Amino acid sequence: MNEMNEVRKPPVATTGIIGWLRINLFFNWTNSLITLFVIYCLYQFIPWILDWTIFSADFKYNYLGEQITNQEMCSRNLDPENGGACWAVIYVRFYQFIYGFYPRVEVWRVNLAYVMLAFALLPLLYTKLPYRKYFLYFTYIFPVIAYFLLNGGLGFTEVSTNKWGGLLVTLVLGCTGIALAFPIGIMLALGRRSKLPVISMMCTLFIEFIRGVPLITLLFFGMVMLPLFLPEGIDMDGLVRVLVAVTLFQSAYMAEVIRGGLQAIPPGQYEAAKSLGMSYWRMNLLIILPQAIRISIPPIVNTSIGLFKDTTLVIIVGILDLLGIGRGTLADTNWLGLSYEIYFFVSLVFFIFTFGMSRYSLYLEKKLKTGINMGAD
Amino acid sequence: MRSNLGFFSDEKFRSIFFQTLVVGLFALGLFFVISTTSYNLEKRNIATGWSFLQNPAGFDISFSPFLEFKSTDTHLKVYFVGVLNTLLVSITGCIAATILGFILGIVRLSSNWLLSRLVYIYVEFSRNVPLLLQIILWYSILIQLPRVKQSLQVLDVFYISNRGLYSPRPIFESGFSYVLIAIVLALISSFLINRWAKKRQDKTGQQFPVFSSSIGLIFIVPLILFFILGSPLSFEHPELKGFNFKGGLVIRPEFIAMFLALSIYTAAFISEIVRAGIMSVSKGQREASAAIGLKQTWIMRLIIIPQALRVIVPPLTSQYLNLTKNSSLGIAVGYADLVHGFGGISLNQTGQAIECMAIVMATYLSISLTISFFMNIYNRSIQFKEK
Repeated sequence: MNEMNEVRKPPVATTGIIGWLRINLFFNWTNSLITLFVIYCLYQFIPWILDWTIFSADFKYNYLGEQITNQEMCSRNLDPENGGACWAVIYVRFYQFIYGFYPRVEVWRVNLAYVMLAFALLPLLYTKLPYRKYFLYFTYIFPVIAYFLLNGGLGFTEVSTNKWGGLLVTLVLGCTGIALAFPIGIMLALGRRSKLPVISMMCTLFIEFIRGVPLITLLFFGMVMLPLFLPEGIDMDGLVRVLVAVTLFQSAYMAEVIRGGLQAIPPGQYEAAKSLGMSYWRMNLLIILPQAIRISIPPIVNTSIGLFKDTTLVIIVGILDLLGIGRGTLADTNWLGLSYEIYFFVSLVFFIFTFGMSRYSLYLEKKLKTGINMGAD
Repeated sequence: MRSNLGFFSDEKFRSIFFQTLVVGLFALGLFFVISTTSYNLEKRNIATGWSFLQNPAGFDISFSPFLEFKSTDTHLKVYFVGVLNTLLVSITGCIAATILGFILGIVRLSSNWLLSRLVYIYVEFSRNVPLLLQIILWYSILIQLPRVKQSLQVLDVFYISNRGLYSPRPIFESGFSYVLIAIVLALISSFLINRWAKKRQDKTGQQFPVFSSSIGLIFIVPLILFFILGSPLSFEHPELKGFNFKGGLVIRPEFIAMFLALSIYTAAFISEIVRAGIMSVSKGQREASAAIGLKQTWIMRLIIIPQALRVIVPPLTSQYLNLTKNSSLGIAVGYADLVHGFGGISLNQTGQAIECMAIVMATYLSISLTISFFMNIYNRSIQFKEK
């Protein structure tokens, strides 16, 4: 009797590290062969990539110990047998990658704007922030502060936008595009669902038109056609023209995402609000939109990731964003032929931003799944 | 109880009032834009109208696989070359992205941890790096290939260099059209056999080897015909003459870069769609089909995939649309598609921005609508048919 009551341990082969390996990597013959093949490929590839990116790479000095100032001094160009990546180009051009051609004396303004952006985003990303209300006030006035800080005015010397570049332009385009597209997108989504046939038709046509054409045609529209539409004397800044195109583009996508959220609101919510005698705008502002936006935040983040990546398209109309600075550096005879280093760096910067955003949207999705109850039951 | 605003609180009146207001404002804005635009155009001496389409283009297009293009050809022909190039890279890209995406999506669900992690890393990297950067990166890799004189040779007939991929060009001789007709007939008849077999199986339960008979019809019959007619097909091989290859079929690095970047980027998205689709089929379906003794391959083909497709097809459609629109990035590497050829060079030469952009946008809209239309038909055909 006693023997039978004793708890027997599971077989070693199904638990612990060995069990995990057996189940996940060596389950059967084909599985084991695949595992071995993958390990062999990784064994060939990983040491090579590590060697190229880190161990044989030049960061600031080449293998002779000299500080690198052009591509001829890179170890791999001095001695092809010796040396991997030449990251010195990033080191030398780092300022341009981050600020473009912003005057060095004024660069503290950009740095301040970067820090303030982080503070402005904080209450949006982290809802449990203490004193969130006050932080949100700051978020609302941040665009105005950033405009004067970056562009000049109010006692700051003016820095025209053709001196902006690199990450600065990428962030300005991404953040402004998303921030402006949000209210426009809400209006378009409400308009498309409106009972007034003319308004609904106009919003639908606008949304479907924008979604049916590539962003690059809209950028061309902003660059080539917009100046023709405006009366003489009004000279629009290049960056503003691009921003108009990017905002139009993003607001159509934003509208569709928010419309999805609106459709998920049970009709009872509308009926309840109306039975309390609320007007259309009160009902939407106080009852419908807060719920609809809350459930559409993950897809909003996803379209924002798309926009952030799409801001690279502005290089085609001659605006120098991060990728544009990279291409400009490559065209410089001092840094000819370092395309892999530069593209690797630019990809990494984009990857950090977009991967971070996508992780954040996953986290939100999980949070929403557990915490939502819209009174549908 | 009526408010003191009188008839303004009447819903019908308000609806008409606001709509008239919106239409009026829109018309006013449109009038303003049109009048300023025509003034600006006149002032800058920009011609209007569509006659520029008949003017000679005056530039060359290096990649035009379907239409012969000379610099004396018209802008209208530039447009057609652009549309064909856009369609070429979009269609080949969609096919490659679908195949790669399905394979990766299934591999991502593999029980092998290492393999599935590897696909995960691939998906995250290619989704999170801008497509334009990937296109430029592929292009920069391709143009760093060896020069023509040192070109890599594959299987003695393909040459790879920084000018592109050179392969033999097939030359169709007189009898070849019969083979093509045979293939088309075989396709139609295998489609009919498929329908007949399905009907018979529904009625009697008897099965018919549809797959092997279709393969036989589509491949073997035309092949036999091909040899009976005395192989009416020969190849023109590329030959190195001077600094470049003469003859043969050339695939330019611009096209290869676009094709690789578009299909690899979109495949990452498709693989996630496929994964979500397969995971949406409940576990019970797999267990039930295993319990009635279906083979593993049959479970996938008859139970899992048909149900997963219902979830997969709508987002797949939007990926196809995205790929087609993204093919407009060819301008970054000089691929002569609609935007680069007609919207870029022709626009610069003629200066007629409004006409050119209107044509380009209208073309993309009609391509998008056509894709949506056909995918909607397909989507309807695979949805649940409730009896």
